[in-house]
Amino acid sequence: MKRMKLVMVGNGMAGVRTLEELLKIAPELYDITVFGAEPHPNYNRILLSPVLAGEQTIDEIILNPLSWYAEHGITLHSGKTVVDVNRRRRVVVASDGTGVETTAEYDRLLIATGSNPFILPVPGKDLDGVIAYRDIADTNTMIEAATKYKHAVVIGGGLLGLEAANGLMLRGMQVTVVHIMPWLMERQLDDVAGKLLQKSLEDRGLNFLIGAQTEALISGTDAGAAPGSVRPEPVEGPARVRAVRFKDGSEIPADLVVMAAGIRPNTTLALKIGLHCFNDGRGGIVVNDTMQTTTDARIYSVGECAAHRGIAYGLVAPLFEQGRVCATHLAEFGIGRYSGSQTSTKLKVTGIDLFSAGNFTGGADCEEIVMSDPYGGVYKKLVIQDDKLIGAVLYGDTVDGSWYFKLLREGRKIHDIRDKLMFGESNIGDTGHEGNTRAAAMADSDEVCGCNGVSKGTICKAIKDKGLFTLEEVRKHTKASGGCGSCTGLVEQLLMFTAGGDYSKAPTKKAMCGCTDASHQEARDAIKREHLLTIDSVYRLLGWRTPNGCSSCRPAINYYLISTWPKEAIDDPQSRFINERSHANIQKDGTYSVIPRMWGGETTADELRRIANAVDKYKIPTVKVTGGQRIDLLGVKKEDLQAVWQDIGMPSGHAYAKALRTVKTCVGSEWCRFGTQDSTQMGKDLERALWRMYAPHKVKLAVSGCPRNCAEAGIKDVGVIGVDSGWEIYVGGNGGIKTEVAQFLVKLKTPAEVLEYSGAFLQLYREEGWYLERTVHYVNRVGLDYVKKKVLDDAAARTALWERLQFSLDGEPDPWFEFDRAGVDTRQFEPVGAV
Amino acid sequence: MAEWKPICRVTDIPVLGARRVNRSQGHPVAIFRTAEDKVFALLDRCPHKGGPLSQGIVFGESVACPLHNWTIGLADGCAKAPDAGCTQRFAVKVDGDQVFLDAEDLRSVAIEPATV
Repeated sequence: MKRMKLVMVGNGMAGVRTLEELLKIAPELYDITVFGAEPHPNYNRILLSPVLAGEQTIDEIILNPLSWYAEHGITLHSGKTVVDVNRRRRVVVASDGTGVETTAEYDRLLIATGSNPFILPVPGKDLDGVIAYRDIADTNTMIEAATKYKHAVVIGGGLLGLEAANGLMLRGMQVTVVHIMPWLMERQLDDVAGKLLQKSLEDRGLNFLIGAQTEALISGTDAGAAPGSVRPEPVEGPARVRAVRFKDGSEIPADLVVMAAGIRPNTTLALKIGLHCFNDGRGGIVVNDTMQTTTDARIYSVGECAAHRGIAYGLVAPLFEQGRVCATHLAEFGIGRYSGSQTSTKLKVTGIDLFSAGNFTGGADCEEIVMSDPYGGVYKKLVIQDDKLIGAVLYGDTVDGSWYFKLLREGRKIHDIRDKLMFGESNIGDTGHEGNTRAAAMADSDEVCGCNGVSKGTICKAIKDKGLFTLEEVRKHTKASGGCGSCTGLVEQLLMFTAGGDYSKAPTKKAMCGCTDASHQEARDAIKREHLLTIDSVYRLLGWRTPNGCSSCRPAINYYLISTWPKEAIDDPQSRFINERSHANIQKDGTYSVIPRMWGGETTADELRRIANAVDKYKIPTVKVTGGQRIDLLGVKKEDLQAVWQDIGMPSGHAYAKALRTVKTCVGSEWCRFGTQDSTQMGKDLERALWRMYAPHKVKLAVSGCPRNCAEAGIKDVGVIGVDSGWEIYVGGNGGIKTEVAQFLVKLKTPAEVLEYSGAFLQLYREEGWYLERTVHYVNRVGLDYVKKKVLDDAAARTALWERLQFSLDGEPDPWFEFDRAGVDTRQFEPVGAV
Repeated sequence: MAEWKPICRVTDIPVLGARRVNRSQGHPVAIFRTAEDKVFALLDRCPHKGGPLSQGIVFGESVACPLHNWTIGLADGCAKAPDAGCTQRFAVKVDGDQVFLDAEDLRSVAIEPATV
């Protein structure tokens, strides 16, 4: 088949990312030609600041070396600017500046021309030594100027301006930042944070002129040399800048002036060839949700030059998302829509932690929560409107930036967590990384990820060497934050400092895995709406890209099917993890552990005798009492599992499954002199009612007989605490990665009510939770109010939930004894054809 | 001329599943069956931490190791990037419903003392 021709105008990050995505999914579809005005392959523009600051070199920030273009058969014309496009004949024309023209035909055209710096229209803007800060050439000019000259003036105290000023200062120049607004980074920070930032940068040696209006740039020929300037020999060409003059008549010396007063989408070519562009705001080429220009269906546009729903984005995360969507359409898959992004900002000045997102200035009907510790250099402001977080500014401690950003994007009601909001997601029982919250302050050898033992140095090196951009990529390559995830905030900070840009996930909807664009919610909804009963039918309906999924999506879909359509959908053991397939817990050496069920933590002499005999008979190396009041037999060979179960003769404890694990109890009123309720009986009743219950994740319960709470009910998925007048029910607790205290749900009178309410809550979780989402995360996602509405306020709904759970569990087999009914493939316990 | 050792029938292996073949000498071998009834054989030992691949979830022509979820290609025995490492392959022949393994491979590949 003859390949189509794809031409890309612009050789920057957004465009090349689009090509990478395209090559991943349709490597053979196009002959690709790329025109880039700069004489370089694609590099990481965000990292120009560290290059300027002397922390990295140009070579280190190249993302796609020339060999990458060659490997993928891409024709690269670097140093050639596209000057015209004949849309009727579908030909682009490029010029190398010397009058030599290059042409290329296209079937599809991708315009990714990025943006241009905004140059203040003041006299003297064309003088030698006056530059913008946009590309490698500008960076090199600054580096060179720093070796020859002394005084630099940066016009614009925004993100880019401050990074430029910091870099020039580190290269030995005396730098003054001129900023017309009342505080720095006024588009990203409020006045308090802006002033804290200024103070901290002043301490490092930067000078600021706040509120100063630039009137003109003055050349060396205008008047005498500025005091203190080292004057080089006069050279031919335009006169060099010598000073900056302000509206009030004052002047400051300047051998180098950097204009960093914002960027504008580069629409020169687009306008010339008649593509519709926005005139107001920052402008930009108008594109629809498929990143197609609204003027010409053959022409797409991504990146800083494109205006989607009126917004031209300048941060890398939304641009990469655009690229991904655009690639699926170029590949003719016709899936994926870009629906806009919310953005957040962080500053790349080493040692300064700063984060902002959303509307942080507030307004008439907004409330603010503020924490200010100027001495400690920490300031946090959260802006709330209509019970939702709408903006955040963090200075000095930004570890919770991504959490706030997530709350903001999801628009979740926050009143139930309002009292904890300021202290962040990680304030309780944060484990695994020594309580560090400031990535910048950590040493290279400090451990970031306690689960996988990954140090800061290892992560930074991987980000640099492998050109990683997203949290997902860092996880894949280093395993950092791939375990419990509690160091995610730290890893995001490291990405920020090492790779630059904004790495918060742009879309609110997250695909289940690489096999699909569908989210967990969409899969759940489709299964329910369409009455789907098989994994295949789900994959077909939702357009899975892989024939039989992967180890991530298949177990999830299998769970969704059996939890949505109990007694109808057939459980597929091959879509379950080994533990749920062999009904035992695989250990690091490939042996298994066996934990029989002990109702409410009670056992008998008979049971203990049978266990002891099995331990002897099968030479089980380790016997351990678990935290869930049961006995764990470790090191059982797979071949022995069936016989061990048979000999012990106790029900499966499901300690291996995403299912009901234990119901922990204290002794209660039967023996305890403080006990007010019979917690052991209540625990046994709950366990008998709920066992064999599969769920999105493991489920643990506890019942205490008095408020002393010896069963530790406060950190269980459902915790029941007996009080003199009845029972208190708590939900969403967790004793794991992050200790989460369960939230009070309701107080009840009778054991029957405890069963019904607990069961109804768990059934709600079973029906709505996403696979591998613990109750705490489910409750946080939907809000405790929602849970109360379903379980407390609506008696009919509660009864229905409880009945559906009982229907699901009725007659469910014990997988240790009823192999056929439980779908246990017993062939797995025997090797084949031993040779 | 290769000597083929009969092992089992294709239908003895669950679809999208695996069986374990013990050897008198050396580490066991895992034989896998894909959705298209293709059969592959690898040493039952993940190149990462030695996990038994026969216990993993099979998808496409890959298996996810049950211990740390590395994805191993069934055809080449190698971990999917960015993870790196390969486990040994064994030649397989399917004749009708019968699965054979290469006898020479069984005798010679990965014959250090068996570790569980």
